[in-house]
Amino acid sequence: MRLKGRVHKFGDDVNTDEIIPAKYLVTTDPEELAKHCLEGRSKNFAGRVAPGDIIVAGKNFGCGSSREHAPLAIKGCGVSCIIASSFARIFFRNCINMGLPILESREAVRETKENDILEIDLSKGEIRNTTRKKLYRVPPFPKFLQRIISSGGLMNSIQ
Amino acid sequence: MSLTITEKILAAHAGRKKVEPGEFIEARVDIALGNDITAPLAIKEFRKSGKKRVFDNKRVVLVADHFTPNKDVASARQVKISRDFAQEQNLKYYFDVGRMGIEHALLPEQGLVRPGDLVIGADSHTCTYGALGAFSTGVGSTDLAAVMITGRLWFKVPETIKFIYWGKLNKWVSGKDLILYTIGDIGVDGASYKAMEFSGEVISHLSMDSRFTMCNMAIEAGAKSGIIAPDKITLEYARKHCSLFTVHCPLPTSDPHAHYCAIREYDCSKIAPQVALPHLPSNAQPVSEVGDIPLDQVVIGSCTNGRMEDLRIAAQVLKGKKIPSYIRLIIIPATQNIYLQAVKEGLIEIFLEAGGVVSTPTCGPCLGGHMGVLAEGERALATTNRNFVGRMGHPRSEVYLSNPAVAAASAIKGRIAHPDEVHNQ
Repeated sequence: MRLKGRVHKFGDDVNTDEIIPAKYLVTTDPEELAKHCLEGRSKNFAGRVAPGDIIVAGKNFGCGSSREHAPLAIKGCGVSCIIASSFARIFFRNCINMGLPILESREAVRETKENDILEIDLSKGEIRNTTRKKLYRVPPFPKFLQRIISSGGLMNSIQ
Repeated sequence: MSLTITEKILAAHAGRKKVEPGEFIEARVDIALGNDITAPLAIKEFRKSGKKRVFDNKRVVLVADHFTPNKDVASARQVKISRDFAQEQNLKYYFDVGRMGIEHALLPEQGLVRPGDLVIGADSHTCTYGALGAFSTGVGSTDLAAVMITGRLWFKVPETIKFIYWGKLNKWVSGKDLILYTIGDIGVDGASYKAMEFSGEVISHLSMDSRFTMCNMAIEAGAKSGIIAPDKITLEYARKHCSLFTVHCPLPTSDPHAHYCAIREYDCSKIAPQVALPHLPSNAQPVSEVGDIPLDQVVIGSCTNGRMEDLRIAAQVLKGKKIPSYIRLIIIPATQNIYLQAVKEGLIEIFLEAGGVVSTPTCGPCLGGHMGVLAEGERALATTNRNFVGRMGHPRSEVYLSNPAVAAASAIKGRIAHPDEVHNQ
């Protein structure tokens, strides 16, 4: 799968309270959740983000609560992929389980700036920064996780 | 073949003799938990799958504890989804207002978790049950939906960090201070993807309530789980509460030559009561070094510190004292039984006479849901587990974290204070 989008850059330890504050957890509707995506960290992110855009963030992205509303809000905004130096583990699970592409690359995170354009080839594990003419290779996920991802998420994989 | 307690429990539930860190396994789940926020998403996925029944109506547990008693129409609708599902599936353990408590205080109290069990919950603080010598970890709603159907789930076997606590605990120091100090030492991702195994002479004398508090906050260091090998104290608790089940024998424990990816030791005689400053639980400092921090609100409760030991020590500090009129002191017993016991022991009277309010069990203010949401510029000290930006309300409000004795003393002083400042004056 190939993805292309503009970068929204975030720092370390973006937590799930910032991604979707608890006051909005009274619904499971992705479109409704998307309206408040990352509201706790960045004003009007939902207004700026365009379908296909890519979140690039520092370490421990998605730490805190297990709320799946967080990746759901991000997916609901049309974000195509999250690249971070590292992910908090429940958030990581949630993304794998719901089929939201995520990649870990310290190098790409370090050298990518806000508004850069990235092209990602998920099957090859390549991140291309077309703004800065840089190419990063990401090791593929273990086969076990690839099976879940390729079947379209956990629920499909257990059927 | 030496294994840690975590590896043993995972192996037993995967039908294997051993497992190794880094391996992906599928394991049988003893208890699967959801709450009023996470269960509706899981139920949505369950419905989409077309399956009619959960795998076992005694092993899927739902607790309506976050936005209950229903704070508004939207949350009432969410709770109703769980309630209707519980009735339809004839779930034996569905806890609603009146029987409900904060899930991670409630499940052990109701005897639903035993040493050696494997528990998953669509709530990050599910790691609490490690205090009983169970492997328990927080997962997402889709995970919960999958377990509802199959009774099994995928896990990556975590590496284990061993934490050894020795020396003598200082006055007013509890499990909360040990875990805040530890997170302060290793950072909010210091145990990322790992199991934290708490051990040492201090832990072997620590109460169950303090053990629950420590394992509860393992997630705040990014850990997959926290665990304490079961001992006499665990067994006594399990025998009292787990009347519904037989306790696994022999009790699981780590082998003497088990492999740890790191070992950290702490001399507890050097640990003072801690306060974690905004906006990360790792910003821990001794309370005496925090300086003059005036407060608007103090919250004593939550899955971290809403148990009997917590209420007793808060009452000990608050007895006969009055809090200033500009301070809001909100005390939330974690379960109905704890609430009732606090009534019988006269603790509630002490809280009310001090000028506090006492609420029915709810997660409420901890996550900025209800029952004590902060306005812009307001500052709270709470015995809860997270002090992230906007956690208790407005993005420009502040949350400090502490143990219940410090919280009670601070309510009296109207600023962050050491219990010695107000106790036995």
